[in-house]
Amino acid sequence: MIPELGHFALALAVVIAGAQAVLPLLGAQWRDARLMQTAPALAIGQLIALATAYGCLVWSAVVDDFSVANVAENSNSLMPLVYKITGTWGNHEGSVLLWCLILALCGGAVAAFGRALPSSLRARVIGVLGFTSAGFLLFTLTTSNPLQRVWPPPLDGRDMNPLLQDPGLAFHPPVLYSGYVGFAIPFAFAVAALLEGRVDAAWGRWVRPWTLAAWCLLTGGIALGSWWAYYELGWGGFWFWDPVENASLLPWLSGTALLHSAIVVEKREALKIWTILLAIGTFSLSLCGTFLVRSGILNSVHSFANDPTRGVFILALLAIVIGGSLLLFALRAPVMTAAGIFAPISREGALVLNNILLCSICAVVLTGTTYPLFAELVFGAKLSVGPPYFQSTVFPLAIPLFAAMSLGPVLPWKRAELWPALLKLWWAALIATLIGIAAALGLHAGLAALGFAASAWLIAGALAELVERTRLFRAPFATVRARFGAQPLSVWGSAVAHAGMGVTVAGIAGMSLAVSTIVALHPGQNVALGGYDWTLLALRDEQGPNYTSRVADIRVSRGGDEIATFHPSRRMFTVQKTTVTDTAIQTNGLRDLYAVLGEERDGAAVLRLHVNPLAPWIWFGALVMAVGGALSLADRRQRIGAPARRAAAIRAGMAP
Amino acid sequence: MTALPRRALLLAPLGAAAIGGTGFWLLLNRMSEGSYDPHGVPSMLIGKPLPTFSLPGQPPSQGFSSADIVAARRPTLINFFASWCIPCVQEAPALVLLKRQGTPIWGIAYKDKSDATAEFLQQNGDPYTRIARDEPGNTAIDFGLYGVPESYVIDKSGIVRWRWAGGLSEDILHQSLAPLLQSLA
Repeated sequence: MIPELGHFALALAVVIAGAQAVLPLLGAQWRDARLMQTAPALAIGQLIALATAYGCLVWSAVVDDFSVANVAENSNSLMPLVYKITGTWGNHEGSVLLWCLILALCGGAVAAFGRALPSSLRARVIGVLGFTSAGFLLFTLTTSNPLQRVWPPPLDGRDMNPLLQDPGLAFHPPVLYSGYVGFAIPFAFAVAALLEGRVDAAWGRWVRPWTLAAWCLLTGGIALGSWWAYYELGWGGFWFWDPVENASLLPWLSGTALLHSAIVVEKREALKIWTILLAIGTFSLSLCGTFLVRSGILNSVHSFANDPTRGVFILALLAIVIGGSLLLFALRAPVMTAAGIFAPISREGALVLNNILLCSICAVVLTGTTYPLFAELVFGAKLSVGPPYFQSTVFPLAIPLFAAMSLGPVLPWKRAELWPALLKLWWAALIATLIGIAAALGLHAGLAALGFAASAWLIAGALAELVERTRLFRAPFATVRARFGAQPLSVWGSAVAHAGMGVTVAGIAGMSLAVSTIVALHPGQNVALGGYDWTLLALRDEQGPNYTSRVADIRVSRGGDEIATFHPSRRMFTVQKTTVTDTAIQTNGLRDLYAVLGEERDGAAVLRLHVNPLAPWIWFGALVMAVGGALSLADRRQRIGAPARRAAAIRAGMAP
Repeated sequence: MTALPRRALLLAPLGAAAIGGTGFWLLLNRMSEGSYDPHGVPSMLIGKPLPTFSLPGQPPSQGFSSADIVAARRPTLINFFASWCIPCVQEAPALVLLKRQGTPIWGIAYKDKSDATAEFLQQNGDPYTRIARDEPGNTAIDFGLYGVPESYVIDKSGIVRWRWAGGLSEDILHQSLAPLLQSLA
C-alpha cells in the first residue's frame, strides 16, 4: 500500500511540475497576475508530493519491504537502520528521486523566500524550475522508478554495495546533490532574466545568495567524496582525476567563477551577459555531472548501473534544457547592455582575471575528461588521459589564480594603482617567500615548496585584507575595534574562504611529500617508514553485524616511544560475497599514518603503509571555505529581499 | 564589435553544446550496437604479430625492441604500467607471483618520468625482466592501449595471444593466465 501511495505521489508530482512549467510562464508573458500567483502554490505542492514519494521509499526500506524491487536489490534485513535509510539514495533510481526532491526544494525555497521578488521574475524563475523538474520527474517515473514492485518478492534483500556502507559516503550524496541542484536557482534566474530581457544590480543581488548556498554545499560535497575515497578506497590518495570526480569539480570551478562575476553585476552592472552564460553553464555542467556518468559512456571506478536507453532519454532531456537555454541566450543576450566600463587594474579587473583563469582550468579539465571519448569517436583511437595531463595543465593556471586571489580584495573598485596595493601586501609576500625558500631548502622538492609558498601567500593575504580594513597597527585601538565590528560579514566570509583555499593548498603540497611502501610481514616483524617503526603484532578474526573481518594489529613507534596502535582490516560481506578493505588512519593533525591490510600469504600479511604529511588539511581547508561561504551568506545585505524591504521601510517613513 | 560577429559569438556556446551532444549521442548509439564499450574492447592485435617498436631502457635496465621479445622464443607477458596509476600498485603483488612462477615479464613504463618510475619500482617491487620507457606513448598507441595497467601475452613465435586491460589479480592469474601460459609452453 505504502509503495503505491509513493508511486501515486510521484505521478502527481509530475503533473504538478508540468502545470508549474506552463501556468506561471504564460502568466508572466500575458501579464496575468492570477496565473503568476499560481507559481508558489504549485512549487510547494510539487515539493509536498515528492517529499511524500521519498518518504514512502524510505518507509519501504526501513520496514524491509522486499516486494519493492529497489529495496530488494539494495537493502538487506541484517543491515543497520541508518544504512537502510541512506541506502535509498545509494543506487541509481533512489538517487534520481533524491535529485528531483532537492530540485523541488529549490522551487519551494524560491516560493517561500522570494516574496520580495518582482512578481513576473518570481513567476518565471519558478516556471523554469518547474520545467526542469517536469523533465527529470518524467525520466524518473518512466525509466528509473524506485517504487516499482517485484513479484514474487524475495525472502531477503541482496544487500547494499559494501563500499557504500560507510558513514562518510552515506551523507555524501545529499550534500553533493544539494550543491549540484542548488545551481538550478541561478540557472532559473538567468533564463528568467533572458525572458524578461533585463539584468540589473538587483538581479545580481538576488542571484548571489543562492549561488553562494549551492557553492558551499558543493564544496562540502566534493570534500566529503574526496575524504571518503581517501579512507575507504584505501588507495592512499585523495583525488584521482577520475571522470566522476572531475564531473563534480567542473561545476565547482565554473560556480566559483559565477560567484565572483555576480559581484561585478551587483556592484558595477557589468559582465551581465557573461554572468548569465556562467549561470547556464554551471547548471549544465552539474546536469552532465549527475547524469552523463550514469549513461555508462565514461569509464570510471564509480559506476552506476548502465542502460543505453536511459542514456538516450537523459541526452534528450539535456539537449532540451541546455540547448534550449543556450538558444534563448543566443537570441536574447544581445539585448543586454553593459552600464559600466572598467580599467584592467581594479577590483572588477581582478575578478575578470579570476573568471578567465577559473574558466580556463574548467576548460582543460573538461577537455581531459572528454578527450578519450572524442578521440575514440573521431580518430577511432583508444587512449587514456591520466594525472600527468591534469597536473601539467592545471598547476600553471592555478599559480596566477592564487596570486590574484590575495591581490584582488585589496584593490579598490573602478580604478586602482597596482603599486599601492602591492605595498599593502608586502609582509604577506615576505612570509610567502621565506616559507617557500625554507621549504625548498628543507625538503628539496620544488613543487611542494611552491605549494607551501602559495598557501602562505593566500592565508597571509587574507589576513592582510582584514588588517588593511581594520587599520590594525596604524590607528588607535578604539578605531580598530570600531572598524573591526563594522566590517560586514561578507568581508569576513571572503577572507575566511580565501584562507581556506590556502589551507587546502598546504594540504595538497604536504600530500605530495607522502611516502609509502608495500611489505609482507609475519606477526612480530617490523619495518621502518617515514621515520616511524611499524610492527605487526597479530592477525585475528572478528565478527560484525553483516560481515566477518580479518584484523591486523599494528604498533607504530618512533625512537622507542609508542605513538599509536591501529587496526586495519578486511571485511568479507556475507550476502554480497565481496571483500572491502577497512583502512586504519591515525592522525595528529599534521600527518596521517595510514595502513591497509592486503592478502595473506604463507602466514605473512601484505600491508600497505603510508605517511601522509598535512593530509587532513585538505578537507579541513574545504570545510573552512564552506564556512567562509556560509559567513558571507549570513551577511544581512545578502538576505533575499533585504533591499526591497529596506526600500519599503523608507517609503513607510521608518528609514534607518 | 559589429552586430554580426557579436551575434555569432553568442551562438558559440550553443554550437559547442550541440557538437558535444551529437558526439555523446553517436557514442550512445555505438554502445547500444555493441561497437563501443567504455570498459575495453577485445584487442585487434589478438592472433597478430607483435607491433614493431624499439624503446629506451629504464636505468639500470636496458631498453628493448619487439625483436628482442620474439628472439627470446618463450611465452612472455608485456605489462604497461605507470607510477601515477593506482591499479598498478594493486596489481604489483600479482606480478611478483607470476614472476616467481617463472614467466618473464617485460615492463613498459607509460608516460612516466624516469625517477618517478624508479621510486615506484623501489616501493612496489620490481618483477620485470627488463623495463623500457614509452614516455611519448607512441608504442602504446600501436598496441591500442586502453589505459594502464594493461598486459599482453606473446607466444613463442611473437604472436599476441591475450590482452587484459586493467589490473591483474591472483584470481585472473589462476583462472585464465596460468592455463594459457601452460598451453603455450
